[in-house]
Amino acid sequence: MTMTERVARLRQQSLEAIPTLSGERAELITEFYAQNLGFISEPVRRALAFQYLMEHKTIYIGEGELIVGEKGPAPKAAPTYPELCCHSLEDLDILDSREKIPFKVSPEVRKLYEEKIIPFWKGKSMRDLLFREMTAEWKAAYEAGIFTEFMEQRAPGHTVLDDKIYRKGMLDFIEDIQRSLANLDFYNDPEAYDKQEELRAMEIVARALIRFAERHAEKARQLAAQTSDPQRKAELEQITEICTWVPAHAPRNFWEALQYYWFVHLGVTIELNTWDSFCPGKLDHHLLPFYEKGLADGSLTREKAEELLQCFWIKFNNQPAPPKVGVTAAESGTYTDFAQINLGGVKPDGSDGVNEVTYLLLDVIEQMRLLQPSSSIQVSKTNPDAFIQRAGRIIRTGFGQPSVFNSDLIVQELVRQGKSVIDARCGGSSGCVEVGAFGKENYNLTGYFNLPKILELTLNNGVDPRSGKQIGIRTGDPTQLKSFAELFEAFRRQMNYFIDIKVRGNQVVERLYANYMPAPFLSLLIDDCILRGKDYHNGGARYNTTYIMGVGLGTITDSLSAIKYHVFDQQNLSMRELLHLLQTNFEGNERKRLMLVNRTPRYGNDDDYADSIMRQVFEAYYQAIEGRKNTKGGEYHINLLPTTVHVYFGSVTGATPDGRKAGMPLSEGISPVQGADRHGPTAVVKSAAKMDHVRTGGTLLNQKFTPQLLQDEEGLTRLTHLIRTYFNLDGHHIQFNVVDAATLRAAQANPEQYRDLIVRVAGYSDYFCDLSKTLQDEIIARTEHTSF
Amino acid sequence: MVVKNTLSGILFDIRRYSVHDGPGIRTTVFLKGCPLNCWWCHNPEGKSPQIEIFQRENRCIRCGACLEVCEAGAIIQHNDSFETNRAICTLCGACVEECYADARELVGKRMTVAEVLAEIERDRPFFQQSGGGVTFSGGEPLFQPTFLGALLKACRSQGIHTAVDTCGYAPWEILDRLRQDVDLFLYDLKLIDEERHHWFTGVSNRIILENLRHLSALGHNIFVRFPIIPYINDDDQNLHLMTEFLLSLPQKLPLDILPYHASALHKYNGLGVEYRLKDTPLPEQERLNEVKDFFEKAGLLVRIGG
Repeated sequence: MTMTERVARLRQQSLEAIPTLSGERAELITEFYAQNLGFISEPVRRALAFQYLMEHKTIYIGEGELIVGEKGPAPKAAPTYPELCCHSLEDLDILDSREKIPFKVSPEVRKLYEEKIIPFWKGKSMRDLLFREMTAEWKAAYEAGIFTEFMEQRAPGHTVLDDKIYRKGMLDFIEDIQRSLANLDFYNDPEAYDKQEELRAMEIVARALIRFAERHAEKARQLAAQTSDPQRKAELEQITEICTWVPAHAPRNFWEALQYYWFVHLGVTIELNTWDSFCPGKLDHHLLPFYEKGLADGSLTREKAEELLQCFWIKFNNQPAPPKVGVTAAESGTYTDFAQINLGGVKPDGSDGVNEVTYLLLDVIEQMRLLQPSSSIQVSKTNPDAFIQRAGRIIRTGFGQPSVFNSDLIVQELVRQGKSVIDARCGGSSGCVEVGAFGKENYNLTGYFNLPKILELTLNNGVDPRSGKQIGIRTGDPTQLKSFAELFEAFRRQMNYFIDIKVRGNQVVERLYANYMPAPFLSLLIDDCILRGKDYHNGGARYNTTYIMGVGLGTITDSLSAIKYHVFDQQNLSMRELLHLLQTNFEGNERKRLMLVNRTPRYGNDDDYADSIMRQVFEAYYQAIEGRKNTKGGEYHINLLPTTVHVYFGSVTGATPDGRKAGMPLSEGISPVQGADRHGPTAVVKSAAKMDHVRTGGTLLNQKFTPQLLQDEEGLTRLTHLIRTYFNLDGHHIQFNVVDAATLRAAQANPEQYRDLIVRVAGYSDYFCDLSKTLQDEIIARTEHTSF
Repeated sequence: MVVKNTLSGILFDIRRYSVHDGPGIRTTVFLKGCPLNCWWCHNPEGKSPQIEIFQRENRCIRCGACLEVCEAGAIIQHNDSFETNRAICTLCGACVEECYADARELVGKRMTVAEVLAEIERDRPFFQQSGGGVTFSGGEPLFQPTFLGALLKACRSQGIHTAVDTCGYAPWEILDRLRQDVDLFLYDLKLIDEERHHWFTGVSNRIILENLRHLSALGHNIFVRFPIIPYINDDDQNLHLMTEFLLSLPQKLPLDILPYHASALHKYNGLGVEYRLKDTPLPEQERLNEVKDFFEKAGLLVRIGG
């Protein structure tokens, strides 16, 4: 474990910094929008807004920092985006005082909001517009918790960078822009003028980022002049030089490469509050040439590279996710902003992508042990076992990182969706588990979809028992259903009805962003926006995918299995009795509830009775969504992941036929219902592998392990084989929680003693003590059955 | 040779992703019945060759369904608990069927070779990847020799790696018949002193030691396993005798030290059987290291765990 004194201090500062809500960006953007700029196009307006922010935001260079730049005015001072979501005073009070994931709001910021921000933006933000444009059916479904809406507070992003910034400076991008401008065909292309505006906007933002870096260079120069410490002076002078060179030009060395990426990261996340922030993607591949060159010419050592990477890691950890409220806070209740760094995988030619920097980064992950950035290993059959085992040694320390992806399957998934094989190999996973062609795709996650709630509505003929409102279609009196097939058909129709509603909403939301919230800076970075002269939100990317994420697969499978088994096959429970049990939340009928829990074939046990129902649900969900056209020239696909929404969805879903009580969390990802898997990890893996992962854009499997199972080398070897086998069976992703229930209970009882306990939630890790009580209980339940 | 897949035997568990039962990812099949009666036995539910009733008091929801359904009148309500009079219980399983809380369980299940094989084959993809396979354990698997023989042959015919976890207490003829279908023996050695062995396990160890010598002479793949129990077999004298015996064998066999653990207590309670080692402490790590050093100095290949 090596960490220089500098890194240890910066890391500690990052850990101890209290997240605050900064008013700076809100104030600047409001000033900008308050100007009367006359008639200008939206791309140019957004570009000028970006320029204004880059020119005026506070420049922060912390003591001892080697990588510089903050999204806010200081570490963990989170900016806000009132043009997207204007927080009310009540929101600010909630953010300031809530027990979990708070952001301190100073009286000055509150006053700023009260006097300037709220009067200007109230009722005029994208969030207001979005809700105004939704239909009554959409609102009813949203309020009932059938689905969520990702874009109600945050902008689409969900993308990852490829290698282009390591080859090109902003000045090179500007050359590309000018070439595209020169090629515009005003005689034959009716969109030529729109494209001209978009390209002009891109040029403005490219220059703005250069200016932003120059301001850092100026700041570093000033600090260098002030310091009496010769070593720090030299560092600051070097920072000055670096910030003068990048991002204007392509990086010349390892340090410049990291600093360049960081400026780009800040650009994307200051322009808009993009989902999943932003991410360098295959960092080990991108950095390798700089690393090798540095070692060869003596300008870099492994130790220096390590220290720079550690400083880079801390930068990510300094940026909590934008403050969220309402349903968005419930579905994604975490400070983590989902930047996920990929390691290993394959090279563009399909060969083994594990290199020296891969191992260096794994060392950094282990030493830093930070929530952000998240990390994953991309495991290909071409990779050595030693790579998985090295990662396994970090996994067993129990902070849930890195997660493990099947690189070969990801290539298949992307190719199936229509990407070229090279673009697919340059892709990977991001956010939680979703896949994308890095640097070339806009792959939007638009909302979670509550599968068990659909069954609840089906069993109530379209009425939501929570509100008594008829929000779904009348699929028939459930007591009149004659077979499981009829029930399933009713479920399928009900699901399609709500998918239609969600898709219609999405089509509108996509156009709202295309029309009013173009992102010229993000567009600069994603092929082929420059070539096409089109914005990222308007079909500029080479590939455009829209996802709707299914949630509660275990719960819905077990619930349908319970009905099929007990009501139709065994006939030891009538539909009427079952409905009564659900309506009364099993009150006074614990025995019947336990029958449903313990005498139902359940998903996660390698039991074809249940697993075939899982496949049936998968197929129906897939058919409902797959291949629909989005507004950007791309298609809809599915994936299956939950972040923290399984807790929220559970809270709005009544008792389910699998014996789950009303309000309890749903199952997460494609993991079995908490505690339903009784035959150990191989059975879980077999069950999960019966799904056709190739036809998804990502699935999330959580696997619990007691620390004892991984304590020795043999345990690690076995883990490697378990991963390899899941991937031989074409599984997409697996992640591990290596902590026992007793420890979690102790942490729940004495949080102050377990402040640093990190657990895997779903696609990301979080401090256990920062999780809601319900989510804590849910994770304990997952960890409980470890008899194997 | 044709394997009789309709042949059946009694099992008490099939555990997938089992650890410490041989190389790779393995499924362990626990055969019921054991001729030994070791004080420290951690699978007391495997001792009797008969099916037994097992209770998990903490799961009981006091619904009384078991009482209602018991035709033998073997269930007695004692205040808040439902106890079983094992003397008159007919093991019909009716109460287990009705106990949705899974507080009552029949330990032991008759299964055919074909059924067991089907369970084993479920994890074939893991065996192939990891070099794992099946381990037959118990109880004492050699206690159901015909059934075990058929299982081994069936696995062998499917190309599944086989291990047998045995105490070695069986007539040589039985071992001789089976051994060709066993890829690996996990062979328990507890005590070398015959009298002490008899005292703590109920049988002489003469046949056990002889069988091991025979297997070794025939060149079989064997891991010797030494369950180390404080105050019973961790004394220097036993260590000396073990070393002497192991060094006298035709092969130099690897030795796995298995530290005693007290996790079986709840099983004794569930079966209504007294646990004789209630007050035995867990072996100290320091002592384990000493033992390991001791064997290593004598030239043996030793692992703790395994």
